[in-house]
This record gives sequence, structure tokens and C-alpha cells, in this order.
Amino acid sequence: MNVETISKILRTVPREKAFYFFTSIGNYTGVSASSLKEFMEKINEVSVKSLEFHLYRGDFEKWIDETLEDKKLVAEIRSLRSLNHFGTVLKEHLYSIIAERYEGLSGDFKIL
Amino acid sequence: MKRKEKNFSIFPTANIKFKRAPLHIERGEATLKLKNNTLILDDTDLEILEALQEDAKQTYMAIGKHLGIAHSTVYDRIKRMEQNGIIKKYTALIDAEKAGAKSITAIMTIYTDPKESEKVAEILCEAPQVLEVYTSLSEELQIIAKVVAENQESLHTLIANSVAPLHGVLRIRTSIVTKKFKETQFSIVNDSEKVNIYKRNT
Repeated sequence: MNVETISKILRTVPREKAFYFFTSIGNYTGVSASSLKEFMEKINEVSVKSLEFHLYRGDFEKWIDETLEDKKLVAEIRSLRSLNHFGTVLKEHLYSIIAERYEGLSGDFKIL
Repeated sequence: MKRKEKNFSIFPTANIKFKRAPLHIERGEATLKLKNNTLILDDTDLEILEALQEDAKQTYMAIGKHLGIAHSTVYDRIKRMEQNGIIKKYTALIDAEKAGAKSITAIMTIYTDPKESEKVAEILCEAPQVLEVYTSLSEELQIIAKVVAENQESLHTLIANSVAPLHGVLRIRTSIVTKKFKETQFSIVNDSEKVNIYKRNT
């Protein structure tokens, strides 16, 4: 993966392209993420209800695909969805996937 | 404070549009005119307004006959109230369900940073899907808005893409209306106490 691609995935996007965490239709938590790093951090901040809502609507995949354009992470989130996890198990698993990807990309970026 | 009046937008065009009432009369505006002495409503004006609120399509002749005054008087009074903004517009009150429109209505409560609330309310007013916008102060400053959308998904898309990203929006609570028990417009002329206030002022 080249520097441009990694930079694109790790960049901070403008607020209109940020991810906004909801708990159900129309109910915004007030928490948003403008980068992969922030997204990772906010996973521990929002309720599991919000994570369940977005995961099973495909919102995480959509945002990571269309905004961050990280196909590998999209595939990993999709795999997680197929496991049908809920509650803290889901939260921990989701966090570990995102954190692993973020740390991997950050490490690659430093090397390059 | 009621804010929404505009109908142009940066938001995507809504597929469903309906007007709520055949005739809008703003009591606040009428009061303002009275204070400024630019227009004073008398009993005849109020009776004409009542007749129009009952049926805005009836002729000047019919109103005049009903009230026992000349149709030219009715015409003059109505023109004067239109020019002074007391009669704001004439629209059709449509039963969207019977018209075949599939839509959902929701009440959105937006908690905002007080410094940004005016701007947020003004931007909301530009969305055709947003029918009414109010600011309210309870424990926190809130904006309350009535919204229509084709379905839950389009409602969520509107809120997620166009409302949540606005500067100053802290969080949003949305209630989807499941059954409508009553919908009407406020009538200044049907409220005897308010009519008496107008009478005392004149």
C-alpha cells in the first residue's frame, strides 16, 4: 500500500463527511468521528445500542468504504456483522478490528 | 418563537409537499400592526377573517351577504388585510393520505449550543421537508421541528446528512408520529377572550 492510499485512509475529513453516531432512526448521540483514529476512540465512548444500530444497518461499512475508502477494513467489518455479536462482545470485537487496522496503517506510514 | 416561513433550500427536494391550512393568520403580526397603529382590526375585519377561515374560496358577495355588508366593503377589508400581512396566503388543506402520498411525520428536538441555535433554526427553515421550526427553552435551549419524509430511511438520511453535521447541534431526539388525532390551525377569531382583547384595543 502506498503513502497516498494510507494518508487518504488516515486523513481527517470535513464535518459534513464525518460519521455521526445515532442510537436509532433520527436519534443522534452528539458523538461524531472525523477520522479513523477518532472513530476508534469513539467506539469506546458510545453505547452498544448505537454500535448495534449502525453495524446491522451497514452504516460503518458504508462510511469506511465511501469516505475513508479502506476496502480491507470494509471486508473485516462485514465479517464481524456475519458473526451476529451484540453488547460488549460486539463492542470489544469492533474496537479490536479498528485498532488493529489503525495501528497497522500508522506503522506502515512511519516506515514509508 | 415560530421561525419557518421560507421555502427554498440547500437540502434535497422533498417528494411530499403539503400546506397545512387554507388561510394563515399570524396573531403576533396583527398585534404588531396594532401597536404601530398602522392597522386596527375591528369587529367586521374579525368576522371577515372568521368567514375566510371557514371557507377561503367563498366570494366577496357571499361573505357580504352573510355579514350583512356590501361586497365592496368585504373586498376593501380583505385587500387591506392582505397588504398589511394579516392574511398571509390562501392554500389548500390536503389530506395527504387520501391523495395517496406515502409519508411519515416526525417531531425532531434538537439540542443546540445557545450561540448557534439561531443559525441552526434558520438553516432548518430552508429544508422543504421541514414544515415547522420553533425554538424553546426548558432546561436547555432546544429547536423543535416538524418533519415529513417518504419513509424512516429517508428521514434518517436527512437528519444524519443535513442536521447532525450543523455547527452547534449537540444531540437530536426524534419521535415518529404513529397516529394523528387532531390537526388544525390556530384561529384568533374563534377565541372569544382574544377577540375581546382586540376589541378593547380598538
